Amino acid sequence: MTQSRYRLAFELYPYRKVAAQDAPVPERHPIVVVGAGPIGIATALDLAQRGQPVLVLDDHEGIGEGSRAICFSQRCLEIADRLGCGAAMVEKGVVWSVGKVFHGDDRVFEFNLQPEAGHKNPAFINLQQPYFEKFLIDQVRAEQDRGLEIEIRGRNRVTALEDRGDCIALSVDTPDGPYSLHADWLIACDGARSPLREMMGLGFEGRVFEDNFLIADVKMTADFPTERWFWFEPPFKDAGQSALLHKQPDDIWRIDFQLGWDIDREKELDEANIRARVDAMLGPEAQYELEWTSIYTFQCRRMERFRHGRVMFAGDAAHQVSPFGARGANSGMQDAENLAWKLDLVIRGLAPEHLLDTYSEERVFGADENILNSTRATDFITPKTEISTLFRNAVLTLAHMHAFARPLVNSGRLSVPCVYDGLSLTGEDRLAGAPARTRPGAPCVDAPLRDGFLLDALGSGFTLLALNTDAPQTFSEAGLDVAQLALGADDDPTGALSARYLGQAGAAVYLIRPDQHVVARWPAFDETATRAALRRATGQE
Amino acid sequence: MALTLQPNIPDQDGFYQELLAVHDGLDKAESDALNARLILILCNHIGDREVIAAALRAAK
Repeated sequence: MTQSRYRLAFELYPYRKVAAQDAPVPERHPIVVVGAGPIGIATALDLAQRGQPVLVLDDHEGIGEGSRAICFSQRCLEIADRLGCGAAMVEKGVVWSVGKVFHGDDRVFEFNLQPEAGHKNPAFINLQQPYFEKFLIDQVRAEQDRGLEIEIRGRNRVTALEDRGDCIALSVDTPDGPYSLHADWLIACDGARSPLREMMGLGFEGRVFEDNFLIADVKMTADFPTERWFWFEPPFKDAGQSALLHKQPDDIWRIDFQLGWDIDREKELDEANIRARVDAMLGPEAQYELEWTSIYTFQCRRMERFRHGRVMFAGDAAHQVSPFGARGANSGMQDAENLAWKLDLVIRGLAPEHLLDTYSEERVFGADENILNSTRATDFITPKTEISTLFRNAVLTLAHMHAFARPLVNSGRLSVPCVYDGLSLTGEDRLAGAPARTRPGAPCVDAPLRDGFLLDALGSGFTLLALNTDAPQTFSEAGLDVAQLALGADDDPTGALSARYLGQAGAAVYLIRPDQHVVARWPAFDETATRAALRRATGQE
Repeated sequence: MALTLQPNIPDQDGFYQELLAVHDGLDKAESDALNARLILILCNHIGDREVIAAALRAAK
């Protein structure tokens, strides 16, 4: 029987018996996604929008409670936007860009994440994870209404899998008993404790951090500004080694306290004890309700590779990071967008199967960058030795007075998408004088156009972006159609497009992937070079 | 040349990690000795007595 592991915030896909459960021969699906969390649903949506039928299995009937991931990055919002639910997130979310870092009572450091204008989406929003998941599921329902084949089966728990070479055979448990399914491709988005990873006996190596963090989400009307406030050695009683205060929608504030390793969980989760800590932080007159509390520990680790034959792992199932830097859900969304177009091309026969290995190559690279950044932040926030504590405190002390020490203060380096520098699919950079931020391998940077924004105009296939020059209206190579987007000075009312894509160059042609990463760029259209770059970007050379 | 107290180290997080990694496995006395050697090496590299004096004052 399927046991519930957590309580639900929203019941959105209640169990319903389907004909497949009584089928004499197991039903066969091109793509099965296991796990209806944000990464599973985003992957399923992306694939369905590309025309692939997708079945999603989840062992619950909806979205788990608790705010959990609350910080969503610009790239995550851009991906959600392409999938159709970015606007709902931004509308509900709390937009913020300023962070302040305190050491005891003193403010030592302040940062602004987006001094730059000209992006459709903000640098970051805060939003409780259940809302994020609900907007994705709402989008699934909208796609179903449009006739796309995307199905979610609640309380369908995978209990065994077998690689049969030409498919994956799944055993699925339900309230009406078990049944079997066959999947051409299986995508495991079943979370950090991934049962599929366990069933396949695959490793998940990395570092365990010996620390407990208490989350208290409190509901109150307060006039703290919408900023991220972080304290090293907080001045309020029993706050532990560090504390964080950050606003969410619905008048809810996330408070994190670092409690150390040897704690009595039951006692620390007792409401009176949590209230004593929160009172000490907010002042005795603060009126608030405790919305959600939890104690968490974390690890920084990843699978050796994210593709195992017909099974691909994405999100927390493939990699796990500390929460400092908001690199968990945000990087999982980048997994989803990386995998979806590649699997679509492979299923259509437009790219060789080993294109899927570049999903692993690129996202392992991304995971390593995220693990490195979040490990460094964790080591700074929670020094493990006497000497590292000494240096950490020296940095904080110097940062009060001297600018040079402030960049060393690390309370989390916030999620930015990684650049696939020098990886298999990344092509040539022939554009002299062009900005580094849009080099081959980088995700396209948004820019305002005369009407709307660049990323909206790029669509979700391969695109030739021609700036102040010509490129063919239609172009295809080995069955792949490439769209053209030609823009000139008239389309660039603010000059941001030119600043971000041309720099010192007068004109440019960019080849852009379906996930909006740059493949290659040239000063003018070059047919031979474009064909070669396109073959490279699809694993054909 | 005046003492630089503006950010001057590229890849500051990588630098910080490297700085702490050199202390891995050392006890406090060994770390203190390493720090002393490091300070002397860096002071010699700077060479300029006025800059070193300004750094000593900034650190105090």
